[in-house]
Amino acid sequence: MVDKSVLNAFEAIRGVSSGMTIAVGGFGLCGIPENLIAALIAENLKELTCISNNAGVDDFGLGLLLGRKQIKKMIASYVGENAEFERQMLSGELEVELVPQGTLATRLMAGGYGLPVVYTPAGVGTEVAEGKEVRTFKFHGVEKEYLMEYAFEPDFALVKAWKGDRMGNLVYRGTAQNFNHAMAMCGKVTIAEVEELVEPGVLDPNFIHTPGIYVHRIFQGENYEKRIEQRTFRSKD
Amino acid sequence: MLDKYGIAKRIAAEIQDGYYVNLGIGIPTLVANYISDDINVVLQSENGLLGMGPFPYEGDEDADYINAGKQTITTLPGSVFFDSAMSFGMIRSRKIDLTILGAMEVSEQGDIANWKIPGKMVKGMGGAMDLVASAANIIVAMQHVNKAGESKLLSACTLPLTGTKCVKKIVTELGVFDVLPHGGFKIVELHAGVTLDQVRRSTKGKLVE
Repeated sequence: MVDKSVLNAFEAIRGVSSGMTIAVGGFGLCGIPENLIAALIAENLKELTCISNNAGVDDFGLGLLLGRKQIKKMIASYVGENAEFERQMLSGELEVELVPQGTLATRLMAGGYGLPVVYTPAGVGTEVAEGKEVRTFKFHGVEKEYLMEYAFEPDFALVKAWKGDRMGNLVYRGTAQNFNHAMAMCGKVTIAEVEELVEPGVLDPNFIHTPGIYVHRIFQGENYEKRIEQRTFRSKD
Repeated sequence: MLDKYGIAKRIAAEIQDGYYVNLGIGIPTLVANYISDDINVVLQSENGLLGMGPFPYEGDEDADYINAGKQTITTLPGSVFFDSAMSFGMIRSRKIDLTILGAMEVSEQGDIANWKIPGKMVKGMGGAMDLVASAANIIVAMQHVNKAGESKLLSACTLPLTGTKCVKKIVTELGVFDVLPHGGFKIVELHAGVTLDQVRRSTKGKLVE
């Protein structure tokens, strides 16, 4: 068995160092690698470039790294839930690259599929297109302009799954899958934390989302808070 | 004149049986409440869900089950989860029949601006640029004028664009307007109690009566 399991988040982030580019899974606070973020804080890694759809909230998720000035640059699609982020961005302390959400996901996917670039219509004719190569293709029966976007090749991808086995095979739950799968596929080194780590053979091979070949280290996380950003419900009557 | 619920209800009437629909944040989210029980519609949430159900009962909220507005939601029989790359794959490959979203400005050419006000905090475009660049059919739900009383239906957008030549229909508190292929806002209907003069005064772009 190719055993990729490590003991905990601290062992898992060995080799992550200040100045590196890391992809961090999650959508809002859903499906974020809570244990790995805590380890980055404890190790006080600095000058990080983070690729993540969002930047957490002030006191949770990537917001915790922001509050400790550990992030130099943020590559994200939507950052509206975080006051400290706003302050650092407006004061120029934090570099920010805003990327359309589908472009972000597809650039990550391209990394994992071994494709250096992708062409997407998102952002054509907007400021997102500035400085980018534009090509016209006939596709879906119409001629249309597309932007060339580069694949992401993060030094490390930090992802969270529901279940995983020691060989690194991952299964996600609900919408906590989000960016985790594409990020797991494109990390030069991919670290997965899971709620439940099992022996190979326990997970049904028909229902695995991310094959373990993409995952380099895996561990079972602890004390998941799984905070809900917008608790919405209906009454029973 | 319609309130935001009325706008949502009117847009719901545009949804046909069998449609896959993506609803944006704000008034578009309300549209789900007015979809007729007589038709079958699948709601897509771009964070990775087809078949979005209603909010859970109190106490049943699950942190792993959210929509693109980060609200807790439920699934329905036939629902499916998938990753973000596939989600935008189905958007780009035009599997979504109808996209409904809000806007700050729309031009008579169908350009839309809804993500950035220069000089103010920029929150990001989220999935809006991907959606408007690829959607087969886009309906905009918005107020006809902004808080300063200025028209949001313009000859050209003044704010940074989200996408170009993509909006097909606009529903405001005053009426329903088609964006014509060669430019202009064609009045499709005026809501009860709205006069043509009122629409003329509130529309800065080319109005086709």
